[in-house]
Amino acid sequence: MANRHEEGEPNGPDIHIEVEDLSKVFGPDPESIVPLLREGVSKDDILARTGHTVGLRDISLRVERGETFVVMGLSGSGKSTLVRCLNRLIDPTTGHVRLDGEDVLALGPRGLRDMRRHKMGMVFQRFGLLPHRTVLANVTFGLRVQGVGLAERRERANAWIERVGLAGYEQALPRELSGGMQQRVGLARALCTNPEVLLMDEAFSALDPLIRREMQGELVRLQQELSKTIVFITHDLDEALRLGDRVAVLKDGFLVQVGTPVEIVTRPADDYVRAFVEDVDRSRVLRARDALKFAAPRATERVEEARGRIDANATLGEALAVIADGGGPVAVMGRNDRVLGVLDGTTALRALTERPEVAKGHSPAA
Amino acid sequence: MPPFLTQPFPEAWRIPLRGWTNDGVSWLVATYGDVFRGITDTVLLLLVRVERGLAALPWWLVVLLVGLLVWHASGRRIWPAVSLSGLLVLVGTFGLWPQMMTTLAIMLIATLFTIVIGIPIGIAMARSDRLKMLLRPLLDGMQTMPSFVYLVPVVMFFGLGNVAAIIATFVYAVPPIIRLTDLGLRLVDAEVLEAAQAFGASERQTLTWVRLPLALPTIMAGVNQTIMMALAMVVLASMIGARGLGQEVLRGLQRGNVGLGLEAGLAIVFVAIVMDRITAGYSRRWDPTVKGR
Repeated sequence: MANRHEEGEPNGPDIHIEVEDLSKVFGPDPESIVPLLREGVSKDDILARTGHTVGLRDISLRVERGETFVVMGLSGSGKSTLVRCLNRLIDPTTGHVRLDGEDVLALGPRGLRDMRRHKMGMVFQRFGLLPHRTVLANVTFGLRVQGVGLAERRERANAWIERVGLAGYEQALPRELSGGMQQRVGLARALCTNPEVLLMDEAFSALDPLIRREMQGELVRLQQELSKTIVFITHDLDEALRLGDRVAVLKDGFLVQVGTPVEIVTRPADDYVRAFVEDVDRSRVLRARDALKFAAPRATERVEEARGRIDANATLGEALAVIADGGGPVAVMGRNDRVLGVLDGTTALRALTERPEVAKGHSPAA
Repeated sequence: MPPFLTQPFPEAWRIPLRGWTNDGVSWLVATYGDVFRGITDTVLLLLVRVERGLAALPWWLVVLLVGLLVWHASGRRIWPAVSLSGLLVLVGTFGLWPQMMTTLAIMLIATLFTIVIGIPIGIAMARSDRLKMLLRPLLDGMQTMPSFVYLVPVVMFFGLGNVAAIIATFVYAVPPIIRLTDLGLRLVDAEVLEAAQAFGASERQTLTWVRLPLALPTIMAGVNQTIMMALAMVVLASMIGARGLGQEVLRGLQRGNVGLGLEAGLAIVFVAIVMDRITAGYSRRWDPTVKGR
């Protein structure tokens, strides 16, 4: 959302959540399966031989402070397991999870409760609201758990209820609200404790398409003001590309690729990711600056031919519209009115229609 | 055919369970007689108070209160309230009002005990699969063991009368509330529980703010079952000296007075219907998934 990766970080990335060699095996004796994981025995073979299900395998990734990190995968890919390992709703079998450098897996029951109460909020696919309590009571739940007094609870909750657009519904019960509104309650509940990290497990997947887009926009808007570290789980590639500063692709418990949406779309790590991104609307993912890479040699120097200008971070689709309007190439403007290059119609169409090649020698490590 | 195949069951294999039981019961009565007497006196005191309290209420006030309760439980509907309190008036016209109050007192106290003891056991059972495994055969046994079997030891421990009746009723009626508390707690939506956990709720907070409220409709169904079973025990309990409607049924039986038996029997049915509508109504009202309150 913030385009931080294109701009570059002056002091190196500020790592907020670090996951290292994380594996999770479900079954009666998960520890006994670890050697098999090390040997690289496949998920299906392990299931057939031992009856254990491999949820996650050797996942290593780093989430930066303030970024929206999307984990994408189909059902059974382990994405929900991964997000639950972060706040230990599920305890991983091996590996490490660090929050600000602190080992989350080493926390005792009390430390874990404190972390969940103060540092991480979570939003659930089917909302997970208390059906017998009002919107207000649901939003204050986290504060009530912390032992915050009634007056302060009310005040803080009301602020969030208003902010997510639910003012006037404080006394409504969840069942009286539409799905989108219920998830706004879920979002307000998660934000009400003012956590640094927001875990969103398929948060918009249960909503119908129009409402889903609306909620995505809402999240983008909120995130611009809040700059939380968000880990967003989804099975929907469009959603991943729309929301993610970076996207991690999971398959069968393996991490296949981590990259910015543009990297995922233009340089898929393997055939699996490529098959995924083939039908993506590139005009919405690629930005004008990305399209410049498809220009013929020296084409970018013909500044004087430009009929218009466009911001480098505008989408390719927007650039195409300007080109069509002006009837000629446009100048792509970077920071401080610097011209990054000139984008003509042919180049833009090439960027739009390129069939991505699987990146050679790409390492899936974060 | 070889002779050993036609032999009767070997006498030497006999386990003297009956001897052990008889000895054990005698030993318990002899050793802990004071404890049992203490329990008896406490329960009796409670019973007498409740019974006197109910008896002191004017009949029309009881009818009115029951009507109000039905009205509230049924979601503020008039017709059930009127018709059900009408059933109570009908019992009065049979001349069985005082007996009904006695039965009501016995039942209320037996139900109170089953709730106070049954719900915590149900909570413990929902937390531990092992405890559930241990308790299940015991609960099955309590429900299927013919009541006559434990009527006698109950009388030996607690003497003839209303207290023994309450204890016997408790044994018979407590399994459903334990089972349904356990079931209700286990059926609570996993995602709601996960959410409570994710916000750092302690076990106690999760139990009181999430699990019990969401399990409440099922627990109320357990209370409903318990009351129905307690009413089913009323006649049997009168055989060990409980007074009230059951005694009238028994008297009708012993004297061949079919009319008296029918009147008392109908009175029991009417009380059952009223109690069922009230508890079932609350079970439904407290169900957050049902629309409209």
